[in-house]
Amino acid sequence: MTSVPVGRSWTTGIVREIERPTDQLVKIRFEVADRTPHRPGQHYVVRLRAPDDYTAQRSYSIASDPDDPLVEIMVEVLPRGEVSPFLHEIAEVGDEFELRGPIGRWFVWNDDVPSICIGGGSGVVPFVSMMRYAQRTGIDPRLRVIASAQTRERLPYVDELESYGALVALTRENHHDRVAAHIYPDEVKALAFGAQRAYVCGSVGFVSFAGRILGDAGISDENVRVEQFGPSA
Amino acid sequence: MGVTRGFTGRERKGADERLPPGQYDTGSSWPVLTAELAPHIDLTTWELAIGGLVEQPTNWTWDELRALPASSYNGDIHCVTTWSKFDTHFGGVSLDTLLEVARPKPEATHIVATATTGYTTNLPIDDVLDGKSWIVWEFDGKPLAQEHGGPVRMLVPHLYFWKSTKWITRIDFLDHDEPGFWERNGYHDRGDPWLEQRYQGDA
Repeated sequence: MTSVPVGRSWTTGIVREIERPTDQLVKIRFEVADRTPHRPGQHYVVRLRAPDDYTAQRSYSIASDPDDPLVEIMVEVLPRGEVSPFLHEIAEVGDEFELRGPIGRWFVWNDDVPSICIGGGSGVVPFVSMMRYAQRTGIDPRLRVIASAQTRERLPYVDELESYGALVALTRENHHDRVAAHIYPDEVKALAFGAQRAYVCGSVGFVSFAGRILGDAGISDENVRVEQFGPSA
Repeated sequence: MGVTRGFTGRERKGADERLPPGQYDTGSSWPVLTAELAPHIDLTTWELAIGGLVEQPTNWTWDELRALPASSYNGDIHCVTTWSKFDTHFGGVSLDTLLEVARPKPEATHIVATATTGYTTNLPIDDVLDGKSWIVWEFDGKPLAQEHGGPVRMLVPHLYFWKSTKWITRIDFLDHDEPGFWERNGYHDRGDPWLEQRYQGDA
């Protein structure tokens, strides 16, 4: 296994930029003290601390290129959530958060392996980091991306995904000449040709769906790396 | 580190003493986190192998396992991704029952549990013996769902849940510690939620 760096202790992140692209998304860019360089696909843990020392922490995939001076995350606001609504409604430039990262050595793109990524909704975030890295280093032919969401509005980084050449599969609205539909097998087959590995990130139901269509496209289960989130049905 | 500006946290009630540090009560939901696709397991050919440093390497078929005295766990479970779930009910068999047959050798200090997917995790034997671990196939009186490791998984509820191998198919006894899948990928070797042993480098 190639060596992948892992942040071993808590550090401080200062919010340098914050954007709310929709009422369900918040993009935060941190300046991280004592930063350990990340690999595309890794994540950071954000920890909030209340006056009575109660803490809440959540993991968020990194969206930024390793070369970016700031670390970027894109958080989807969950109804009845504790951390994501705080980040969307209260966090501001200049705030300091406890951060830990980068974490994870499995869901990391090995850039010499031609790969296909399938993300559902905010599951595209780790692939944005991979795309930015691939474009900067000129190896983008090795990374193909499929991004699925109900609507354009629900897909973070939709403009950037399109300019990269990702296949954007919307299930509830037509998109250019593509009729609203789940990702269908022929779309995957074309992009999976020559891929030696697949990365899938999204909700539990989405991951199981993506796994089946990857299998139909000839990618075997042991070559599929998964990151899934959310409650099971 | 100081207080986060403007953060008060969710309203906290009496359940707090059951929550290890940094955890929240997930209520009735049961989040899923896996690193690979959920496999389909055929119980007519499935076997649980117990091997390594044991007096009697053993292979249990599904029917043989079901014929053993049942044992259940009623209590809380904790995931490193910070959710805890209270008052769960799992049904299966205590690992102690299987080890009465296999009989770990005196030099055995650790186990590695392996799933059909190739997933592995390591545990000190003190964390799995004497009523601390189970092989389970029921949750809340129903068959364990595939995404939660069904039809059959390991259960080690006093440690973070990545130690409770889904889709288990082997347990090997070793005379040394051998990090498993998540442990090689940045997670702690033991994973005690009360000590908050989440990642490598934690106490």
